[in-house]
Amino acid sequence: MRRRRWRWLLPLTAVPVLALLAYGFRLNPRDIRSPLVGRPAAPFALTSFEGAPMQLGALRGKVVVLNFWASWCYPACYEEAPVLERGWRAYRDRDVVVLGVDIQDKDEAGRKFIRDFSLTFPNAPDPSGKVSVDYGVYGVPETFFIDRAGAIRVKHVSAVTDQVFRDTVEALLAEPAPRR
Amino acid sequence: MRATVLMGLLLLLGAWPAAAQQPSRPVDDLQAYEIASELRCVVCQNLSVADSPSEMANQMRAIVRERLAAGETPAQVRQYFVERYGDWILLAPPRRGFTLLVWLAPLVAVLVGLAVVALLVRRWTGRRRATPPPVDAAMSERIRRELEREP
Repeated sequence: MRRRRWRWLLPLTAVPVLALLAYGFRLNPRDIRSPLVGRPAAPFALTSFEGAPMQLGALRGKVVVLNFWASWCYPACYEEAPVLERGWRAYRDRDVVVLGVDIQDKDEAGRKFIRDFSLTFPNAPDPSGKVSVDYGVYGVPETFFIDRAGAIRVKHVSAVTDQVFRDTVEALLAEPAPRR
Repeated sequence: MRATVLMGLLLLLGAWPAAAQQPSRPVDDLQAYEIASELRCVVCQNLSVADSPSEMANQMRAIVRERLAAGETPAQVRQYFVERYGDWILLAPPRRGFTLLVWLAPLVAVLVGLAVVALLVRRWTGRRRATPPPVDAAMSERIRRELEREP
């Protein structure tokens, strides 16, 4: 009788452990939510590969697609470079700006990447890594969609596709422009 | 004398904007190392920023030093990274909310284990100490007689 009373104890202690395991297995370990989504995008001032200033503050009122890439990031960055260039060309007249930030890269390799893909949107190196840390970047490629009020609305990890670019940018363009 | 004072004042004023822009304090290496060792290297597997040889970790170490040199406290430096990466950036999860489970679960497991061991020990020792069943008086008397009959 006494033994029966305690028989349920061991299985019962295993229940919360199993529940925790089941919860953990259901999560995607790559899906780490950024605390920056919904918050104002950190201002930065970089110098593009062409030597021109590249500042986020000057783009208030526009939808900004901020892409972090590297020439060694193969194949994802190679897949999305043409997508970003297409998006830039399609939307540049609709107050959309695409900016590229080359991180943890060699200067010449970055320049070659831009030449190889004939990228015409502004790209700048981030030699100190401060901008990438300011945006909580884990790796490349990562893309931040910033609304016209200057807030980060979407963080996209992995290569951006035409559909992701179009859908996200269209959604942000459809929002009313912020008051100046 | 007046010219010297004037020149000194001019030099001080000239240097003021630069000093105001980048207030720099000597950085305690040990303090910078301790902060870096609490931060997760974002491009590594279970390595701290202090231990990783990656470029990203190197840049993060430089940021830690820079922020300490600018006068931030270790807590503020840690908070800077947490605000950008979330609690995930801390190698030791904070003792609050859901991650409190990580700290409490081992303690609970040890307590449950001790309770189970205590129960088992009690059961085993209890069995040994169990009083023997009462002996039938007639049977006892018979055994005594049998023994007396033995040569």
